[in-house]
Amino acid sequence: MIYAQILAGGKGTRMGNTAMPKQFLPLGSKPILIQTIEKFVLEKRFNAIIVVCPSDWLTHTKDLISKFIKDSRVVVITGGSERNDTLMNGITYIEKTFGLHDDDVVVTHDAVRPFITQRIIDDNINAVMTHTAVDTVVPAIDTIVRGENEQVNEIPIREYMYQGQTPQCFNIKKLKKAFNQLTTEQKEILSDSCKICLLAGEEVHIVRGEVSNIKITTPYDLKIARAIVEKRVVI
Amino acid sequence: MLNQVYRLVSTRQFESQTIDENLTSNEIIVRPTYLSICKADQRYFSGNRSQAVLNKKLPMALIHEAIGTVVYDPQNKFSAGETVAMIPNTPSHQSPIVKENYLTNNHFRSSGYDGFMQEYVFLRHDRVIKIPQDFEPNMAAFTEMISVGVQALTNLKETMDADQDIIGIWGDGNLGYIIASLAKSFFPESKLIIFGRHQYKLDYFSFADETYLVSDIPPELKVSHALECTGGSGSQIAVDQIINHIRPMGTIMLLGVSENPIEINTRLVLERGLTLRGSSRSSREDFEGAINILAKDCKTRERLCNLIGETQKVSSIKEVVSFFEKDSTSSWGKGVMRWEI
Repeated sequence: MIYAQILAGGKGTRMGNTAMPKQFLPLGSKPILIQTIEKFVLEKRFNAIIVVCPSDWLTHTKDLISKFIKDSRVVVITGGSERNDTLMNGITYIEKTFGLHDDDVVVTHDAVRPFITQRIIDDNINAVMTHTAVDTVVPAIDTIVRGENEQVNEIPIREYMYQGQTPQCFNIKKLKKAFNQLTTEQKEILSDSCKICLLAGEEVHIVRGEVSNIKITTPYDLKIARAIVEKRVVI
Repeated sequence: MLNQVYRLVSTRQFESQTIDENLTSNEIIVRPTYLSICKADQRYFSGNRSQAVLNKKLPMALIHEAIGTVVYDPQNKFSAGETVAMIPNTPSHQSPIVKENYLTNNHFRSSGYDGFMQEYVFLRHDRVIKIPQDFEPNMAAFTEMISVGVQALTNLKETMDADQDIIGIWGDGNLGYIIASLAKSFFPESKLIIFGRHQYKLDYFSFADETYLVSDIPPELKVSHALECTGGSGSQIAVDQIINHIRPMGTIMLLGVSENPIEINTRLVLERGLTLRGSSRSSREDFEGAINILAKDCKTRERLCNLIGETQKVSSIKEVVSFFEKDSTSSWGKGVMRWEI
């Protein structure tokens, strides 16, 4: 089975003074989260589309989905305190609801990346059928500098540098096994889900993203996102 | 939904633009799969239109010949996964007299209105038609052009007199080939003669009764009716030749687009009582006609498969640009992109 998991657990701490988490802010005619989910419901291969949101926004999320989305595959559950807890909450839901099989896969995506395209979703699904883990990336445009204590200690060759986006996809059983192998300390510092698999020695396959597949994290991002979106003009 | 539309913004330059689409209850969502390039698209791409036209129409998504897969239909008239041909003409009203493709104020995709180079296309239910599964998808991609042929031959049938002995087709390009292939179905008893400028192209018309280079037409040769499929600067020469080689009371169907006005020998048109009738684009009915002919007649389908030119999967704007360039230098056939962008 193929599952989608929309990670909408963020509370918008980087979004300035806005009280409402960024995934619920409007973009074009609908909230960002809805724009993102609409792309996923058009993919018929998903058996379920699990939206993971903050516990205190559960009712709001459900209200929005019932207003805009007419697809029984979409379900809403609550996330954890960190990104990977949120991811694993979704996995636990899948296991309890549908059971877990060797070839089950999950396509996880940030709710605040509404510019995802059909091509990226399709490439991710195809790739995770033959790879344990899949990461969506674009080649780094800026030079990446590694530093600590106000000192540059490494400037890696840009040709080998990429910027990670989502979706990230996993064989669920192997992801679960890899996650359970992590120490508490490793779990605390992990900011990326694909790294769970890397630490467990699994290969992570790369899928080409798009520069336009931006993550709306700051007020500046939102301004750009709103500037990008046009209305359909009938001549 | 946020839809990516791949628009031509200036000569040889496409950009992805995001449109906030809202589906209405009488629309469906189609994922384009095979997109066929028309000469009109090439003219926009290479900037071979007047600056005034380019300024008025760009940015605009190109391509008006395409098939796709239904992904969502709120009315469930179509199932998800069905292959459909998309009709580029979107009439804004109906007329009991004027055919839908000749109505004014129509929206025609890739001509002032976004074409099919989009992530998803939102269309009215009546603007899609199911395609049989056994159709070669690269051939099905240019169903629109085949429907243009159906429109022209239907118009000819309506206008022509009882003399159906010889049908002459001027033009050895894509349109000439499509018209000739369909003419075999429309007029099975008629003799089919093709007139062209390139012997290597005329060699593809193996099903025609006779072919002639336009520089080598026997003076005594006459046709009952003729279809002009040349366009451009060749239109004038072709129309002149037709007038000289057509029997009295014959019908000349004009199909080729000439950018500039051309001269016509009206003296002979009058003397011979000829009918000149223009035919452009097509209607839903013509799409249905085209699909019916192709479904019933595997020979015509096979012949039209011979018209498939360059084909390639495209998954980025860079690949689209390179495909348009490759197609522009191709000497035969319709260029078709497998749309995976």
